[in-house]
Amino acid sequence: MIEAEIRTHIFHGLELIAPEADFDELPAGENLREELDIDSYDFLSFLIWLNEDLGVEIPEIDYEKLITLEDLVAYLSQRLN
Amino acid sequence: MADFIMPSLGADMTEGILVAWRVEAGDRVKHGDIIAEVETEKGLFEIEVFDAGVVDRLLVQPGPDKVPVGTVLATIADKMAVATVPVSEPGERLRVSPAARKLAAERHIDLNRLEGTGPQGSLCLADIEHAIGETVKEQAVPAPAEPKKPDDFKAGMRQAIAAAMSLSNREIPHYYLATDIDMSRALNWLAEQNRERSIKQRLLPVVLSLKAVARALEKVPELNGHWVDGQLQLKREIHIGFAVALRKGGLITPALHDVNRKSLDQLMADLGDLITRTRTGKLRGSEMTDAGITVTSLGDLGVQTVYGVIYPPQVALVGLGRIRERPWAEQGLLGVRPVLTATLAGDHRAGDGHQGGQFLDALGRALQEPESL
Repeated sequence: MIEAEIRTHIFHGLELIAPEADFDELPAGENLREELDIDSYDFLSFLIWLNEDLGVEIPEIDYEKLITLEDLVAYLSQRLN
Repeated sequence: MADFIMPSLGADMTEGILVAWRVEAGDRVKHGDIIAEVETEKGLFEIEVFDAGVVDRLLVQPGPDKVPVGTVLATIADKMAVATVPVSEPGERLRVSPAARKLAAERHIDLNRLEGTGPQGSLCLADIEHAIGETVKEQAVPAPAEPKKPDDFKAGMRQAIAAAMSLSNREIPHYYLATDIDMSRALNWLAEQNRERSIKQRLLPVVLSLKAVARALEKVPELNGHWVDGQLQLKREIHIGFAVALRKGGLITPALHDVNRKSLDQLMADLGDLITRTRTGKLRGSEMTDAGITVTSLGDLGVQTVYGVIYPPQVALVGLGRIRERPWAEQGLLGVRPVLTATLAGDHRAGDGHQGGQFLDALGRALQEPESL
């Protein structure tokens, strides 16, 4: 799966949690959870959604690697390809 | 006969809008059935009935007007009373005068829904005319209120919170206590549990904290109750109000029920359900009123210490900050541990700091034995 596709999937999942957010305006390299005001329950829901959507099971120990949008895209693209 | 009234869904509510009925006159209802939808400053709520019986009359029609708390919205006939009312069984012939039957047929009036006022309970022309009048009135009822605009909702929500918190600060002599809790055992245990679970089954640390609060309340039950008419009414069940922030602004603190009696898995599932329903406006009225204490967890924002404002008529509020690594001295050794600062805001009318101290102590101890939560 190419990165652009992965981004689309991520945005779909984030949209369910933060419907008011404008993802085009999302600054690069920023903490995604802080930027979109995502609490730990929402973050877990988002990961469950990604799991159902892409079939990727993200272990809890990897949560700390997923800070920015770029982290998430890189992590998923490595796991998917 | 019992009255079904506009409920008060919190210290901040004085009136509400009846948005819809979920029942009709003649429907059988039991304890806990949802029979109406009510809108308040905090959103839309499903309202349960607490009397079993048959809906006798719906006295207020849905509409945009605000109805004061305590107004009788409907009457519920109890089962005994119903049994004595002559009800036409299926197959039993209705007594209807010929003129009444003709008019009813013309105007599509269901005879089975009417009560006759003629001889031996028979339906006469006047009954049908009355029913037609009612139908016309029903049709003339204005449409329910338009969904609120975001700005209206925000303003209403702020007003509601302001009213409750002003009441709290005006009437409750607060005392505050704080303690630091070493979370290493709890978090290690949780990480081990979560490693073996699929992502859908994983637990969040706050679930451990909520269960530990329930354990501590079993030891110090004086903090679980309502202050009503100058005295403390203790709650037998441990229902914990959990502060949920809304993305459109404001917060709601619905009750998580029977926290002491549920497994961590059950609590995680129930918490998820509660948060989802809070954010989608599907809470039940009772969930707004039956919590005996509130927990507010602001750790996701990096807050270290929460100085809470008690939600009346409750007498205590537990604040949970962020779990973060801090220097920790124990038995003469300095180390680094994940630490949670837990605070308690207590009502001095209902108890003293000594009690609050016992509670925080019990909370800290419960979190040292995560396997028994």
